[in-house]
Amino acid sequence: MQSAGRPGLGAESAILFKDIEHLVRLAAVIAIALVAFVILRAAVVPRSFGQYGHYRGAAISETASRPVAFAGHDACEVCHTDVVDQKKLGKHVVVACEACHGAQARHADDPSSVQPRKLDTAVICARCHEANAAKPKSFPQVATSDHSGGFACDNCHQPHRPKIEAEKTATAKLKTGGKK
Amino acid sequence: MEITRRQILVLLPAAAVAWKFVLAGTPEASPNYKLTEHWWGMLIDIPKCIGCGSCVRACAEENDVPEGYYRTWIERYHVADWKIEKPEVESPNGGQNGFPPHVDDGGKNFFVPKLCNHCAESPCTQVCPVGATFVTPDGVVLVDKSYCLGCRYCVQACPYGCRFINPRTNTAEKCSLCYHRITKGLTTACCKVCPTGARQLADLKNPKDPIHEFLRTHTVQVLKPHMATGAKVFYNDMDGSVR
Repeated sequence: MQSAGRPGLGAESAILFKDIEHLVRLAAVIAIALVAFVILRAAVVPRSFGQYGHYRGAAISETASRPVAFAGHDACEVCHTDVVDQKKLGKHVVVACEACHGAQARHADDPSSVQPRKLDTAVICARCHEANAAKPKSFPQVATSDHSGGFACDNCHQPHRPKIEAEKTATAKLKTGGKK
Repeated sequence: MEITRRQILVLLPAAAVAWKFVLAGTPEASPNYKLTEHWWGMLIDIPKCIGCGSCVRACAEENDVPEGYYRTWIERYHVADWKIEKPEVESPNGGQNGFPPHVDDGGKNFFVPKLCNHCAESPCTQVCPVGATFVTPDGVVLVDKSYCLGCRYCVQACPYGCRFINPRTNTAEKCSLCYHRITKGLTTACCKVCPTGARQLADLKNPKDPIHEFLRTHTVQVLKPHMATGAKVFYNDMDGSVR
């Protein structure tokens, strides 16, 4: 035991720092780990993470930059003026073209090569107008089996202006009502 | 080259300004759209809904939703007179092909379109362990597909059942309120095609939006208000039996 010949102050600190290189090594390891962590974190965490909150800020603009599938009424009006005029005379003026015809942005971009499918009115019309107790009472609805017996609706009705023509001319009141 | 103290004084602020731009990341895809000027929600007018399923089909087309999964769907409620606590609810294929004929046999019958409520205090974003889902500064709950692990915590956390795991990507998916459309000044696909105007996109931060007048003058509720989720899909004239 060293304590037998109790050494002076200088010798005491020599004992204290005798194994200093252990501490230096430990500090070096911690420093390297810290630097590695900072470098890795900078490399792995996306730059925009935390821009608005605990998420990747760039994800917002990525989501926003996706292409649109539904072109909207304005795109249809440019070419299909005849249909637009027809629709204006009937109750279907409030229904968007793409509600029945489906998403047509690709058709609007390239009208000649991308053609919309022809619709089966027996299916399309029934989706809205098939009688159902849950539908609002004021909404025009029929039991298609009784009303048309499975025939396509466009045998009698013109889908863009569904009121049947003979009735239409008979009641001038409806005509002025539709025009405004 | 020696850098003088004077030069340092000029260079440091310049570097700070440059660093700010580096941190800001890529510029917005829609340059005129300001995140802080909007607070999105939706208004659903139940008495106007005819259950045609146009919204469900439009949503699937616009957002490439896999078959059998729905970001929005329609439920038909039948509330018998003597069973107000236990309504019969059905939603065949999410209502995307309309509903089978149903004769009036008493009670109350109505449709309820459902979608993500874009909660301000959304439970789903709070449980995400990696920050893959979040509420944007304009109030839309989105999923970052490239960050999502597919752990399903959020699917469990949503009290409205609005989330699912996309079988193609194995990541969480939900209604994005057509974020790619509303940031371009368009309305959502479902609102666009709704033939009766039962669904209306609402910007609660826009003082000119008709939503404010509507909320003042109608009996409007949100789903599960007791959960304090801050839901922003408002239902007009909703029956008490709707869950």
